[in-house]
Amino acid sequence: MSAWPQLDLTDVATFPSRRVEAWKYSDLRRVLKEAPQPSASAALTGPGPFCDLGGEAIVFVNGVAVGVDAFVASGEQTLRLRFVSDAVETGHSTGVRVSARAGAKLLLLESHEGHGSTYVAHNRLTLDVAAGAEVTRIVLVEEPEDAISVTEAQVKVAPGGRYRQTIVATGGKLQRLETQVAHGGQGADVRLDGLYALTGARQTDMTTVVDHLAADGQTSQLTKGVVRDTARGVFQGKIVVERGADGTDARMGHHALILGERAEVDAKPELIIYADDVQCAHGNTVGNLDESALFYMQQRGIPADEARALLTQAFLIEVVDRIEHDEAREVVRSWLTAKL
Amino acid sequence: MTAMLSIQNLHVSVGDKPILRGLTLDVPAGEVHAIMGPNGAGKSTLGYALSGRPGYEATEGSVDWNGESLLDLDPAARAAGGVFLSFQYPIEIPGVPALTFVRTALNAQRRARGEDEVTAPAFLKLVKAASAALKMDFDMLKRPLNVGFSGGEKKRMEILQMALLEPSLLILDETDSGLDIDALRIVSEGVNALRSPDRAMLVITHYQRLLDYIKPDRVHVLAAGRIVASGGPELALQLEAEGYDKYLPQAA
Repeated sequence: MSAWPQLDLTDVATFPSRRVEAWKYSDLRRVLKEAPQPSASAALTGPGPFCDLGGEAIVFVNGVAVGVDAFVASGEQTLRLRFVSDAVETGHSTGVRVSARAGAKLLLLESHEGHGSTYVAHNRLTLDVAAGAEVTRIVLVEEPEDAISVTEAQVKVAPGGRYRQTIVATGGKLQRLETQVAHGGQGADVRLDGLYALTGARQTDMTTVVDHLAADGQTSQLTKGVVRDTARGVFQGKIVVERGADGTDARMGHHALILGERAEVDAKPELIIYADDVQCAHGNTVGNLDESALFYMQQRGIPADEARALLTQAFLIEVVDRIEHDEAREVVRSWLTAKL
Repeated sequence: MTAMLSIQNLHVSVGDKPILRGLTLDVPAGEVHAIMGPNGAGKSTLGYALSGRPGYEATEGSVDWNGESLLDLDPAARAAGGVFLSFQYPIEIPGVPALTFVRTALNAQRRARGEDEVTAPAFLKLVKAASAALKMDFDMLKRPLNVGFSGGEKKRMEILQMALLEPSLLILDETDSGLDIDALRIVSEGVNALRSPDRAMLVITHYQRLLDYIKPDRVHVLAAGRIVASGGPELALQLEAEGYDKYLPQAA
């Protein structure tokens, strides 16, 4: 988000506060008053949630690459991108560049695996999707409740490219998952989905900015979340249709369930349209479980708690069902089911 | 024969508004009783109060079912105890396939009664037989419950659940609404197949038409929150001919 300088964990002056509009619901300055000491190196633990799907791997542990830190896909490939944190009260940053050449089909399986506590992680991903390439990025984020993390993805989708993204997160003390897409149009097709399930005092912030730069691009977004206890879910979705980007078709939906009296959801959908001939729509709902459905289920003998769990899962699973890759979808489904 | 369902002096308010005002009714096992009445008489409220819908709690009176006080139980416990309410407008549940829903319900009831759960293959066999009897397309049951179903399909889905859950107290709330004659016949056959000496049925309906297919042993008129008249099946025909006017509260 343009006006604010790039976040740098070593420089407290770059930590945005809520006075920066784009960070209104994720006040980094408030939770991070000074620059954290740099994290020490640590050993890699665990295989990561996507290990069964094989493919290549890029692994960072506390910001340090174990092996390569960049990847270029050609042909059909799977890349597991693992951001592992294992630190206490220290901070670390990573930067990684992934690109998919023309005609490539890349399955990018990203995991944020948090161990330790009260760490600060900052991850930057630059992703290039060439004309005629297809990238599916699936992100599972599991961090300690007191961890702070900011993940920024800059995605450039060339004309005619295809990009699919699904981020699933359980929150942290402050957890920002930002995606910026430069949309090349001309048949380029982008899907940005998100899912959050938050308990306790956790927070997650799913922020997306899609900039339609040329005509005939498509964007479809569906984010769903459930918040309990005193958790807070944030969805900021901005779609910009630039002058000349006629024929753009952009749809954004965000739907949340608030299942705790002190839980909160902040949603800010924005459509900014400078072109004339476009189709844009957004829908945003925040509510509770349907009382009549709950009663119906109980009337058939399903106890109240089980009925609530079933309805909540059914609500969220729509996002998972949109994942086209069968094996990846099943990994996400079991991962999510275990969390609910 | 001892009464299975015994409702004594039942009072239910919805919000601040009294709807049922001292309703008393006995339904013995093996019998089908029809509850007829004008709009706003409290027919649907009776179904909700018996099944335990939040917001429809009794303020006075008692409901005994097989000697147990129903009003002390939560809705799921009542269901496990045999109470089944067929909804006038069955609820759509997106994201939960009909098969999953019914199996979850059946196993929850069995657990509550201390019985073993039904295995997946055994359940599938039960469902296939029951759906064939109701002339239902089995593939429909793989879809989310009631989502995109026609009015007739939703009612068949209710009867299918009834056949699988095998309740002992059946409450049918306006089961004929939204059904054409063919669907009405199939649904009624499904209900009639469940008639048995150890089951009681309450058939709530505004029109007599349904009672041509599901023949009641007794007919009760519910008006202004009370049973104001009771009789044999001929009472339904009389109501059809004369209307409910004489049971409506007199204008002041």
